Amino acid sequence: MALQPAVTDMEALKERPAVACLLAGLPGALQSAKFDRDELTLWIDPIHLISALKLLRTASTTRFTVLADLTALDWFPSEPRFEVVYSLLSYERRERIRVKVKINGADPIIESVTSLWLGASPFEREVFDLFGIRFQGHPDLRRIMLPDEWEGHPLRKDYPVEGYR
Amino acid sequence: MASIDQFRSGSAPVVETIGGDRTMVLNMGPQHPSTHGVLRLLLEIDGETVVRIRPDVGFLHTGIEKTCEAKFYHQVVPLTDRIDYLCPMTNNLTYVLAVEKLLGLEIPPRAMWIRLMLNELTRINSHLVWLGTHALDIGAMTVFLYCFREREEILKMFEMVAGQRMMTSYFRVGGVAMDLPLGFLDYIKNFANYFPDRIEQYSDLLTNNPIWIGRTKGVAIITQEDAIELMLTGPTARGSGVDWDLRRDMPYGGYDQLDFTVPVATTGDVFGRYEIRMEELRQSISMVKQTIANLPDGPVKADAPKVVLPDREKMKTQMESLIHHFKIVTEGFTVPEGEVYQGVESPRGEMGYYVVSDGTAKPYRVHMRSPSFGNLNSIGVMCEHNLLADVVAAVGSIDIVLGDVDR
Repeated sequence: MALQPAVTDMEALKERPAVACLLAGLPGALQSAKFDRDELTLWIDPIHLISALKLLRTASTTRFTVLADLTALDWFPSEPRFEVVYSLLSYERRERIRVKVKINGADPIIESVTSLWLGASPFEREVFDLFGIRFQGHPDLRRIMLPDEWEGHPLRKDYPVEGYR
Repeated sequence: MASIDQFRSGSAPVVETIGGDRTMVLNMGPQHPSTHGVLRLLLEIDGETVVRIRPDVGFLHTGIEKTCEAKFYHQVVPLTDRIDYLCPMTNNLTYVLAVEKLLGLEIPPRAMWIRLMLNELTRINSHLVWLGTHALDIGAMTVFLYCFREREEILKMFEMVAGQRMMTSYFRVGGVAMDLPLGFLDYIKNFANYFPDRIEQYSDLLTNNPIWIGRTKGVAIITQEDAIELMLTGPTARGSGVDWDLRRDMPYGGYDQLDFTVPVATTGDVFGRYEIRMEELRQSISMVKQTIANLPDGPVKADAPKVVLPDREKMKTQMESLIHHFKIVTEGFTVPEGEVYQGVESPRGEMGYYVVSDGTAKPYRVHMRSPSFGNLNSIGVMCEHNLLADVVAAVGSIDIVLGDVDR
């Protein structure tokens, strides 16, 4: 199976249920989309994150009821520096999509999804701990892996892999 | 005074005492033998009732995700073993499938069947450790000894194929490290013939045992809605009636060619999760038999000289192979830009690897979605308003591995 080039043209992707659902139900929320290696990635405007996830979860054409994974990426030194990545899964339609939001490096803060999936709580704590991204509305935002008095966030790209800081 | 049944059903009149004078805080772990590693539980108890429970993790955090970013793609394979040390092959499989998807690389059929066979043996290995230690926690010593007797055989097989008993690192991007050794298939056939009887042996010791039933039935119940809300996966979710198995529903790595059923229980208690894992043992050994019957001849590495290390023979006799060997070992191989998420049904649930490539020879980011980390969420609904003595049964029933939680 040779690699196919990624599809980023919105016109070519608008037939996909997740894209169609967002374009119809929440105009302006979808910033861009990419279909690459059989996986669909959607970039959502951070202000619309919760309503977009709620829509994808409840709409009958999408039914992404399961949050499979939550993590982040650091694109240091470019801006917006961070991306929070939500991997959604639909049990009924047997499909995965990836939803991403871009966040600025200066004040990395995003709405917490614990109101939709309570289980996201430790995943958000992990991202807070290792990337320093804060989640607004999280019930218990503390470090989870590292000691409370630790300085810095190790998974940031400007944090060295070895040696003293 | 509330009866035990009331406590079990959660209908006992629990006084709202959190943080009050009536309660005390009990620290369990990280060195407690029943926490299966270094899990620390902070229990707030009112008499014998747990009113609040908070897990404290991170004692095994080694920053593997950060380390991956500084390694070549092929150097990450040994790191993946060390995450969930009870199912090394499943970790290897998830990672190599993700990288193969990034590369668009297809592997030869023999390598695929070998991977399936070893992956199911790994599931048996992991479930045997779970069954032995879980029963030991609840007080059944014999099962532990029997389980470890069979596990030893599986570890011997791992040693035969990989030279290592636990940290196998046997799978490679593009296939497996080397072909199966002579006599391996006879060994594994012999094991597959007697193992189904051994499962019944464990089952005879536990399934109808009144003590076992008393300690597990109706204990630590998780409802189906909670299971989805709390991101539970694998046998823990299937015990609550979530009919989902990635091997059947989103097949990867050749599982669509195997014939198996997915057990689902609706009780949501410790006994339900026990029954599911016992049935998975039976299904896995049947799958191992199928892989032996279907194993084709042929190469075990993909024909991709820029990615897969050449055979030792060729490397020593052919100039071109020597160059490829040198290039891969010293500079790694580059992977086209992109990102993939590969989910795999590990013995504990959904193991996912999210690999991002920026087009260089080192991964830009490797994120492991570990099943134990998600399943640990269930500890609150399982233990709060229940008896203190059931905490051990609850923790054992979600089959937690702390290396997997902390990474």
